[in-house]
Amino acid sequence: MSGEGQTSSEYIKHHLQNLTFGKFPEGHEHAGEWGLAHNALEAKEMGFWAIHVDTMFWSIILGVLFLYFFRKVAKKASSGVPDGAQNFVEWIVEFVDGTVKGAFTGRNAMVAPMALTIFVWVFLINFMDLIPVDWLPQIATLIGHHVFGMDPHHVYFRVVPSTDPNATFGMALSVFALMIFYSFKIKGPLGFASELTLHPFSSDNKIVQLLFIPINFVLEFVALLAKPLSLSLRLYGNMFAGEMIFILIALMYGGGLALGIFGGVLQMGWAIFHVLIITLQAYIFMTLTIVYMDLAHQTGEEH
Amino acid sequence: MNINLTLIGQSITFALFVWFCYAFIWPPLVNALAERKKQIADGLAAAERGAHEQELAAKRAADQMKKAKGQAAEIIAHAQKRATEIVDEAKDDARTEAERIMAGADAEIKQEVNRAREHLRKEVVALAITGAEKVLKREIDSKAHDGALKELAEQL
Repeated sequence: MSGEGQTSSEYIKHHLQNLTFGKFPEGHEHAGEWGLAHNALEAKEMGFWAIHVDTMFWSIILGVLFLYFFRKVAKKASSGVPDGAQNFVEWIVEFVDGTVKGAFTGRNAMVAPMALTIFVWVFLINFMDLIPVDWLPQIATLIGHHVFGMDPHHVYFRVVPSTDPNATFGMALSVFALMIFYSFKIKGPLGFASELTLHPFSSDNKIVQLLFIPINFVLEFVALLAKPLSLSLRLYGNMFAGEMIFILIALMYGGGLALGIFGGVLQMGWAIFHVLIITLQAYIFMTLTIVYMDLAHQTGEEH
Repeated sequence: MNINLTLIGQSITFALFVWFCYAFIWPPLVNALAERKKQIADGLAAAERGAHEQELAAKRAADQMKKAKGQAAEIIAHAQKRATEIVDEAKDDARTEAERIMAGADAEIKQEVNRAREHLRKEVVALAITGAEKVLKREIDSKAHDGALKELAEQL
């Protein structure tokens, strides 16, 4: 459904641009002021000191929604016969608890709640992908145009936070920070260092071992860095690709009745398939986080 | 695709959400689940115990029933024995009583006969005396003598 005067390429680009709030750079007419970027170039020029309003808005709204609903149930949770909501929540909690118990061997009361948060939050965030791609951006455009007096072409709005690498990297970074923290705490600085330097190559000969240390460090350090990177990129890549396909399908609605109906069928098929993907991605993110935390809690030398 | 402050914002948001979940959501839910698990386990154990007790009670009841039946049979046999005894006793009593009454009646009859005989004897004596008197009086008059004898004879 490309709007009037918009080419397909513009339509796609518009859909892939976040609503960015930041400081206008030097050389801009509003240089030094804070405001919403009017186009992709401005958003890029704002550099690091900018924030994606849409990503933050939806991730916080969905997170709060999750916490509010679960808190409401948790507050009146009883060991008696559970009502529907409690049953549903318990089902998820037991599922997450079972996964944590199966994969996490350490003792840390924080891992299971974190896994629950990741699973539900990521699922809800991914779920936004199933809402037809133009609905929420159109509403945002109307609000932006009529309430805030913005140029409708400058109202960018991406509703799926997990298609924004900032969101997935942000989560993965938090997980990574916890990994480092617990590695230090459980294994101790020396234990952590030896884990990074004495594997996978080791020798009884001291001099050979000394030679191995830098090689081991490079290998292990890359492996360590790869964890948060793969964790976030997996989710980001999958959701970005999924959203892209929805956008491409949405383009078909501008191509006449036959193409439009075909697009409708395609969208439905892809959405049904996508239900599986968003759940799977949420599950993978949760499971990998649990596994990484488990690795951080392992003190043994079993590699 | 720009990496910017959103990254930090997301990290902070994520940390806050995890903390909230850790502090306020996870514990009550897991506690409720654990408590329910315990209640169910207790309930199942109690049910098993109840079933066992019921079985025992049924056994005990059957035992008592059997015992009661035995006792009842004993009591009935006893009662029947006693009844025959009583009947026999009554028969014996009745017989002796009848004999006693018959003996009494016999004795009375004999007594009565004796008394009548005595009475008769007295009367006969008196009649004889009266007759003798009359005979003595009428020795003068023979005709009258005959008449008196006839009279005497009649009175005998």
